[in-house]
Amino acid sequence: MNVVAKFEIPYYQCLDESSILHGNLPDSVKDTKQLVKLYRLMVLLRIFDTKAIALQRTGKLGTYPSTRGQEAVFVGMGAALANDDVFVPYYRDVGTLIQRGVKLSDILLYWGGDERGNCYHKDSEDFPYSVPVGSQPLHGAGIATALKIRGEKRAVLVTCGDGASSQGDFYEALNVAGAWKLPIVFVVSNNQWAISVPRSAQSASQTIAQKAVAAGIEGEQVDGNDVIAVCDRVTLALKKAREKNEPVLLEILSYRQSDHTTADDASRYEPQGIREKEWLKEPIGRMRKYLEAAKLWDEEKEKALQAECSVDVEGVVKEYLNTPPQSPESMFDSLYAKLPDIYLEQREQLIQKEIVAHG
Amino acid sequence: MADITLVEAITQALAYEMRKDKDVVILGEDVGKDGGVFRATLGLLNEFGPERVRDTPLAESMIAGLAIGMAAQGLKPVAEFQFMGFIYPAYDQIVNHAARIRNRTRGRLSCPVVFRTPYGAGIHAPEHHSESTEAIFAHIPGLRVVVPSSPARAYGLLLASIRDPDPVIFLEPSRLYRWAKQEVPDDGKALPLDVCFTLRVGTDVTLVTWGAMVKETLAAADTLAKQGISAEVIDVATIKPLDIETILASVEKTGRCVIIHEAARSCGVGADISAQIAERGLMFLQAPVQRVTGYDTIVPYARLEKLYIPNEKQILAAVTNVMEFA
Ligand SMILES: Cc1ncc(C[n+]2csc(CCOP(=O)(O)OP(=O)(O)O)c2C)c(N)n1
Ligand SMILES: [Mg+2]
Repeated sequence: MNVVAKFEIPYYQCLDESSILHGNLPDSVKDTKQLVKLYRLMVLLRIFDTKAIALQRTGKLGTYPSTRGQEAVFVGMGAALANDDVFVPYYRDVGTLIQRGVKLSDILLYWGGDERGNCYHKDSEDFPYSVPVGSQPLHGAGIATALKIRGEKRAVLVTCGDGASSQGDFYEALNVAGAWKLPIVFVVSNNQWAISVPRSAQSASQTIAQKAVAAGIEGEQVDGNDVIAVCDRVTLALKKAREKNEPVLLEILSYRQSDHTTADDASRYEPQGIREKEWLKEPIGRMRKYLEAAKLWDEEKEKALQAECSVDVEGVVKEYLNTPPQSPESMFDSLYAKLPDIYLEQREQLIQKEIVAHG
Repeated sequence: MADITLVEAITQALAYEMRKDKDVVILGEDVGKDGGVFRATLGLLNEFGPERVRDTPLAESMIAGLAIGMAAQGLKPVAEFQFMGFIYPAYDQIVNHAARIRNRTRGRLSCPVVFRTPYGAGIHAPEHHSESTEAIFAHIPGLRVVVPSSPARAYGLLLASIRDPDPVIFLEPSRLYRWAKQEVPDDGKALPLDVCFTLRVGTDVTLVTWGAMVKETLAAADTLAKQGISAEVIDVATIKPLDIETILASVEKTGRCVIIHEAARSCGVGADISAQIAERGLMFLQAPVQRVTGYDTIVPYARLEKLYIPNEKQILAAVTNVMEFA
């Protein structure tokens, strides 16, 4: 017998559960301003998240998927992206989007049931949220193909959940990224659950990261409760993609500290006590403790930040609630570049229906 | 100028547009050296190189998903699926993403992709190689479904489809790939999408069809002419959006209509055409609309497929029905 293939999956962590930094701060997150910025964004995210759930509970927002407990994953990724990289998100993301110039009010607009939440700013090449689970890694690979054909030194970052890693499209995307040497980074945000199905039931594979191996690309695990590690590993992966056309798969591990969405009740399936146990690794407290020990943060700054974020979020909510509705015919107006004449009659009927209903 | 076949007209259109527009990129299985299983991309790898003529790994959802990402970046991908029976893994990508990305970003992103595939029975191929399932695409808002039925229309409609800023499902009747030759000037002139082509003007009955069935329908019209019946033949060409006005105007003139398609009968595109005639043209009709279609069964293997495909006799019988209706 000869061994013809062997692999190892590294696991990266900088800041451990007790907020002890192992080794030096990585180059990509050395600046203390950057450290504080990451922390502030995570705090903003959690305050926004709590508010979004409250809006849903009071009938002012549709179904919303909480990011509680996963703040470091998204904030770290967002900070790692270069402006001219292209981002392809899945639905459970706020922290990356806000670093891509997307307004928090647009995110509320989306979950409030308004397509304009996907407009972003007009020059954005980023994709909107993908709801069909696991379908978007292929779009990322397509975008990366275009960047490569044009010889541009830019990269694509595409994200999905652990459940999504069971989809065929996910493997097809990893596979083609390897075969074509595409400038792309795949992130699986492993929050241990796909609605009610635990990670262990999703796949017998010891890690999701090792799924990269069969595609001939690199895979690694990162502590997703450690914003420093996330930011650094994604930064390095994007650099590799941009400069060497070497795709990377990062499995970023955290825990979903919430129901799947506001329409879910995790108490029906989540074993008791596990969430509390996982909370001990939670990313915001971990980072705060580190910053305080490094004399970069204190109680006063925390109070000021909490107040500031609350005011900001209130402003965002006001903007969202005051957004005038779309016209009824907007449901036709972006269907094609130019609506075929044959559908003009239906469009007109819709307008009449609206007048009858509200006029 | 030599006459060319329908599949050669496809190649000619692809080459023309790739020369003119560097954003046009071909991807699919075996489209490179092999030139595709029907040779529709023959010679393109040599002329345009492997960056623009891309042999993909063997995965159809991947082909569609890649094309969507490439198109969002401003390329104009022409994606080939080897047979329509293998396009279904890509259906999710086409329906959930290609058809919707413009709408859900309110025009910020778009999807100018052509999804090409040979379709239809009659070439003695193995199972899954003979499907006509255009209706499942025609049902989807945001898509165009285009079917050429001659070399000239293949050339002109493919150019139009590549230039169209929205996704087009381009269905090439494999039975007609090498059936008839025709002179097709390589002048880059596109034909209009979203309109029917009246292939033959007549006054007694309107025959509405598309794709490979144009062949039997034109033959039937010839036979009918000898019997003193003047048939108007309409090639729908763009199935979605459907140019019902041309069909209604013809039915107003003739008072009779037979719809012919190879696809299974139930929920076929013929049902929608018939419904629209009933809604808006009932008063023109001197007889109920008739449909001549494939049967509501799985397309049989090669030995029986000829029986499955509607033939001229069935068309003539349906015309007799509408002519003799009292
Ligand atoms: C293709 C598809 N199947 C099913 C669903 C319904 N659904 C929405 S989210 C979800 C679980 C996804 O889990 P995961 O990928 O781990 O992401 P998470 O929500 O945990 O972040 C399911 C089954 C869907 N949106 N898309
Ligand atoms: Mg999950």
